[in-house]
Amino acid sequence: MVLARREVVGSLRGNAARLGLMAGPVAFFAVFFAYPVAAIVGRGLHTDGVWQFGRFGEVLGRPDILSVLWFTTWQALASTALTLLIALPGAYVFARLDFPGKRLLRAVVTVPFVLPTVVVGSAFLALLGRGGLLDELWGIRLDTTVWAILLAHVFFNYAVVVRTVGGLWSQLDPRQEEAARVLGAGRFAAWRRVTLPALVPSLAAAALMVFLFTFTSFGVVQILGGPSFSTLEVEIYRQTADFLDLPTAAVLTLVQFAAVGAVLAVHAWTVRRRESALRLVDPVRTARPPRGTAQWAMLGGVLATVLVLLLAPLAVLVERSFDTAGGHGLDHYRELGTVDPAGGAFLVAPIEAVWNSLQYALAATAIALAVGGPAAAALTRRAGRLVRGFDALLMLPLGVSAVTVGFGFLITLDEPPLDLRASWILVPLAQALVGVPFVVRTMLPVLRAVDERLREAAAVLGASPLRAWREVDLPLVRRALLVAAGFAFAVSLGEFGATVFIARPDNPTLPVAVARLLGRPGELNYGQAMALSTILMVVCAAALLLLERVRTESTSEEF
Amino acid sequence: MTLLELRGVTVRFGPRTALDTVDLQVAEHEIVCLLGPSGSGKSTLLRAVAGLQAVDAGRVLLGGADQAGVPVHRRGVGLMFQDHQLFPQRDVGGNVAFGLRMRGAERGEQARRTDELLRLVGLPGAQKRSVAALSGGEQQRVALARALAPEPRLLMLDEPLGQLDRGLRERLVVELRGLFGRLGTTVLAVTHDQGEAFALADRVVVMRDGRIAQAGTPLEVWQRPASPFVARFLGFENVVAATVGGAAADTVWGKLPVPDGSPQGARTLLVRPDGVRITDPSQGLRCTVESRTFRGTHVAVRLRPDDGPELEAECSLAQAPEEGASVGVVFAADEVVVLGPDEGLKGVRRRREQTLQGGRSFLDRVDEGDA
Repeated sequence: MVLARREVVGSLRGNAARLGLMAGPVAFFAVFFAYPVAAIVGRGLHTDGVWQFGRFGEVLGRPDILSVLWFTTWQALASTALTLLIALPGAYVFARLDFPGKRLLRAVVTVPFVLPTVVVGSAFLALLGRGGLLDELWGIRLDTTVWAILLAHVFFNYAVVVRTVGGLWSQLDPRQEEAARVLGAGRFAAWRRVTLPALVPSLAAAALMVFLFTFTSFGVVQILGGPSFSTLEVEIYRQTADFLDLPTAAVLTLVQFAAVGAVLAVHAWTVRRRESALRLVDPVRTARPPRGTAQWAMLGGVLATVLVLLLAPLAVLVERSFDTAGGHGLDHYRELGTVDPAGGAFLVAPIEAVWNSLQYALAATAIALAVGGPAAAALTRRAGRLVRGFDALLMLPLGVSAVTVGFGFLITLDEPPLDLRASWILVPLAQALVGVPFVVRTMLPVLRAVDERLREAAAVLGASPLRAWREVDLPLVRRALLVAAGFAFAVSLGEFGATVFIARPDNPTLPVAVARLLGRPGELNYGQAMALSTILMVVCAAALLLLERVRTESTSEEF
Repeated sequence: MTLLELRGVTVRFGPRTALDTVDLQVAEHEIVCLLGPSGSGKSTLLRAVAGLQAVDAGRVLLGGADQAGVPVHRRGVGLMFQDHQLFPQRDVGGNVAFGLRMRGAERGEQARRTDELLRLVGLPGAQKRSVAALSGGEQQRVALARALAPEPRLLMLDEPLGQLDRGLRERLVVELRGLFGRLGTTVLAVTHDQGEAFALADRVVVMRDGRIAQAGTPLEVWQRPASPFVARFLGFENVVAATVGGAAADTVWGKLPVPDGSPQGARTLLVRPDGVRITDPSQGLRCTVESRTFRGTHVAVRLRPDDGPELEAECSLAQAPEEGASVGVVFAADEVVVLGPDEGLKGVRRRREQTLQGGRSFLDRVDEGDA
């Protein structure tokens, strides 16, 4: 009985350790996320000492808001469907075919995902917009149509589908399909009846993620949508920044929050189902060199898609950055180093934004790791409802309007004890909010995959619990930590929605500088925007390619 | 001298009792094998000794010292896991030296000892090899070297050869027994394979539902299974209810001879296949030959009597009857064993305890107690 009691004490100690790990992240989210968002909502809905819930009816009854809601929803659905349609063959090719240059191609395909939305917007503007490549060649302009937005969303999310679905697909045992073939199923029937059902959970997860990203799309729509198309997020920005209509912005924030909450709940549910028993095999053994017309055609089609849809916009972007009045040259880049004598949108040379951005992103990465790491460690062991709720909490920043968070920072963190308005840390804090979910998502599967019995083996060989963690967990997690840092860095670098509010005019970040340049007329500003976007793209791509190296060197992990 | 002692150790998983007041002693330099079907509590017992599993009642003593409150890493025991659990991020040398490092051994000492152990397990110079590149047999050897390196006072093996193919397994069992003998290691091993247990152990402990069903030398257990469960677990099929009176027993197969001094009354009998002698149809119990299975050294013959359950007999290839043939069966008394009851009654448990401590065979005591 003495023993039984000690066991209880032991598990209490485990819980205490877990709560201790969770305390930091919870405090961080409470102060830098919940508080600003609540403050904005409060300001919008709580006037004259009364809650004005009637505003929901008012705002949601306005025809212009209704059309924004409608557009937000259908463009997200259309983007998701289009992305799945275009990216599924890609998932197949990466999962089942083996060909030279596959690793490089996988990295290339992932680049768009970490690109700042502003860069994606400018790239598509350079391809489809006024004076863009298609305009010059055939007089085609798509920047006033919804197609520009949809294609940019596909560009952005192609990797989500290829990675999520392809990742699972490559681990499905091909012999399952072979068994169906031997039992008399045709090639397609075998795929439809055996592989597709196994893929459904990952398909659903990928679709929900794409839906989430496109539903809350800001930078892309801001740049490509023009006055005619506006998502909820863009509308929140307009209501806040242009019309100073806080009540409307608050209502829209809550609507978006509710919608995203629902989507995340469905997501969590499918993830749990995905973790159910599927017999997985080593992906190395499932890929074969292409064979037969169908497989070669599939490979060719995917390569063509990557070329036209993913590489062409980036190539045009780079080309435009060199395209000056007097032929190709470095003028736009040189121009970035000078301060506009007419004052303009900048108090400093635009090139300063590069250093600002790098410093901010590094600080944001450090914060994201400091918050996300302990959170992931606390979540490693599956436990009660409390911990699961914590899990969901960590995902929320992905769904709450970044614009609201940014504006919330401005109005809440401006008085003691938290007067951060003048502090440089404000921007990294906002960026880290977006980085944390990526850190947790990257680390968690790896931490959970560490076999408990490896720790037991270390303990039996004389390692204390702390030593066992250092000897067993840490070496296995080190790579994941690097990858998480890389993601957090890229995401922080490209963060736009919140930063646009809080970056000070004399300290702009890259995406903010690009948006400002694009917002002003003139050939020179356009060229400079392209040049800055190119720099941003190169930095992000470099970070990612570095990650890809780290990632593929690992043998025992998969994510 | 007793190295490991379990006193009434009980482990519960919710409503299920994985270990039910188990008493066990392992002497120094002894090799003890826990044998039983899956779910009988063997692995739980190892984990309880290692401190990986908290016990709900009872005590675990190592070298006479109560281990309650001693954490896993201070117990000084070795455990080889079922699937080895080599550290994937370390090479072979790093795995073997791990326990020495935890003990704060010097680098030179670590290297010397690692080299020595890899030699011992037949993988000299494998220090720099990646763990992922090892075959199943090699992994097993590295896991063994890793467990032996810190010189644990008790080495525990959880299905050490479970995942290897048959040929390799049989070779390794012999190697292991030789190795442990040379090193004087005290070993507590777990297996579900009787062949493995008999080849490896000085003493076999058969477990069932978290309790000890029988303990004894391999020969004792094989020759005189204590209960119908043990007999069936060892692969014997000729188990039948009987009423023993004097030197004979009444069964559905007729009157069977039993050894002198067998316990009397309502019992269960085991007839070894060897003791089922096939003769011509005019003698003994009439049977039809149901099937013949060639087993390498002998032929296993299934016989269907006119009445009662089927019988299994063993005979040489030359003497094996054709399928469908009518034969007679007589029984040899020295291959008949009168079994004890299946469920552990209090008295049986007490006797079992005595057996574990004493040098005399289990059956002698059963006989004594019932006489």
